[in-house]
Amino acid sequence: MEWIQQLVNGISLGSIYALIALGYTMVYGIIKLINFAHGDVFMIGSFIGFYSITGWGLSFFPALIVSMAACAVFGVIIERIAYKRLRNATRIAALITAIGVSLLIEYVFIYFRGAGLVAYPNVLPTKTFEIFGAQISSKSLLILGTSVTLMLILQFIVHKTKTGKAMRAVSHDMDAARLMGINVDRTISATFAIGSALAGAAGVIFGAYYTKIEPLMGVIPGLKAFVAAVLGGIGIIPGAMVGGLILGLVETIVSALGFSLWRDAAAFIILILILIFRPSGILGKNTKEKV
Amino acid sequence: MKKKLSYLLATSALAAGILAGCSPKGDSGASSDEIKFGVNLELSGQVASYGQSLESGIDLAIDEINADGGIDGKKIVPVKVDNKSDLTEATNGALKLIEQDKVSAIIGAATSGDTVAQVQIANDKQTVLLTPSGTAPNVTVNDDGSVNEYAFRTSFIDPFQGNVAANFATEKLNIKKAAIFADSASDYAKGLAAAFKETFTANGGEIVSEEAYVAKDTDFNSTLTRIKGENPEFVFIPGYYEEVGLIIKQAREMGITVPFMGADGWDSPKLIELAGAENLNNTYITNHYSSEDPDENIQKFVSAFNDKYSKSPDAFNALGYDSVYLLKDAIERAGSTDSEKVKDALAETKDLSLITGVVTIDENHNPIKSATVLEYKDGKQVFNSKVNP
Repeated sequence: MEWIQQLVNGISLGSIYALIALGYTMVYGIIKLINFAHGDVFMIGSFIGFYSITGWGLSFFPALIVSMAACAVFGVIIERIAYKRLRNATRIAALITAIGVSLLIEYVFIYFRGAGLVAYPNVLPTKTFEIFGAQISSKSLLILGTSVTLMLILQFIVHKTKTGKAMRAVSHDMDAARLMGINVDRTISATFAIGSALAGAAGVIFGAYYTKIEPLMGVIPGLKAFVAAVLGGIGIIPGAMVGGLILGLVETIVSALGFSLWRDAAAFIILILILIFRPSGILGKNTKEKV
Repeated sequence: MKKKLSYLLATSALAAGILAGCSPKGDSGASSDEIKFGVNLELSGQVASYGQSLESGIDLAIDEINADGGIDGKKIVPVKVDNKSDLTEATNGALKLIEQDKVSAIIGAATSGDTVAQVQIANDKQTVLLTPSGTAPNVTVNDDGSVNEYAFRTSFIDPFQGNVAANFATEKLNIKKAAIFADSASDYAKGLAAAFKETFTANGGEIVSEEAYVAKDTDFNSTLTRIKGENPEFVFIPGYYEEVGLIIKQAREMGITVPFMGADGWDSPKLIELAGAENLNNTYITNHYSSEDPDENIQKFVSAFNDKYSKSPDAFNALGYDSVYLLKDAIERAGSTDSEKVKDALAETKDLSLITGVVTIDENHNPIKSATVLEYKDGKQVFNSKVNP
């Protein structure tokens, strides 16, 4: 059953996009900034995972946690150094800063490490199951499970904890939240920490699943995740998951039909179509600007 | 008056200084007691592993020749440029080597694309360009059939590797149904795929699936699922190690167990890291040489290389090494480093015994020599057979 296998391919790819897209969408939701450095946090996370596996001999899950923790700190540092002082600046200034931060991370990293690729060590069991005639590797199931678990944890944090409540309040109305006694700066930092931790997790998962990592690996997945976030409705957390999965499936279907060379084009055609016909995304509501 | 004079002196001193600063660049290397070889390679970037391997081969050969008294008493001085695996950088590098460093010849680049990017300049500026490993036909011959006068290569060309792979599949492995999965963007992969298809169908085989991928892709699952659906007995994957490693890994995990075959683009230690040693079992490549070849000259080279770098040389090391000797032979026969004479001498190279075979340059500036088929066994390349043209 070829199509079941293709479905699994698409969902695996989509869940990685979704994990990265979550960070984009959370940051956008709270400070209306498209954090283009997010793809590079993903890359850094992947390398931290790599070094903790090869250097400290950790297995997959400990490496995932180390990488998530390190990326959370890294995300907060980026926010504190680059974005905090621009909180009241124009959005275009913040956007350009984000692009600058992205290039800075990439090329400082290349300067110290070199641009070469490395292969991720084999940290996951590679068994293949036959389900309805499709060969499904234990790896893709594990990755799918990890992604879904992380998304569930995120939903729990956002809806059931105090920090999550504060995040929702700040994204709704920053000034009113401040008047209610919410520490806005800390809430924004928490958002960056959680979003970056998810990017770090996606980095380790990407490395374990696709093997090859290199310093510019964050660029294309970062852009695709951005498309996924816009597709689902930027600023809406379930939207990022939906958008990521749809994007992964669409790319897989395009390849499965024999147009593999059009795969990347398909992702960006979707972005253009969404921006023309439904700028607020699949789960977004059309809100009127109040004057 | 005094002030004016000192001003004048100061300006003239400054001017002299500037001129003096210029003059070393203006000097041609030909008159001195050294010969400058430009080396324009992918020392970093996507295919850095090829560039670095060629570089160590080139360095070894130059050290040997210089220790042996150089070429007609002149020492070889390499001038190296890193083209970062980028077409524009390769062109700029060639321009710099010719215009600023005044090199006698350029060795490079590792890939066909980066070499083609320099051919126009080499022809215009009349400087010999010798690619150690660029195997696409259009490096030396244009699409209209005219030969690029100053472009040469040390390696054999793509169609030859494609033919060898197709013959190997039909004769040795008895394959009737094959699939091709090629890098859509590289001239190298397209050339190999076309040659494979032509020879394989001429041998009576059938191509059941022809798919393509884009360089830098990481997810090949969906296309591989498609290929698997066609049940080929053999998959030909012309491409570079960076993607091929991932393709083989993903294919094996998906349960595609048939033999895979590729060409010298696979030849990198990174391939084994990316694909995993056990996934590489039952895969073959055509290559320029094998370090296990019992030939006496090859074994001498292997031990010299081992002494310098403490590892066994791969084909790129051997091609880099051979390129220097090919140029040395031509310059000696030309009796000078004059570009036109060197070019003519290179074109007349005949039965020159090198590490990667006995080389005769044909009218299209391509060497005629043998190819080797290697098999991967538990992450090691094992000599399988030698195929003559």
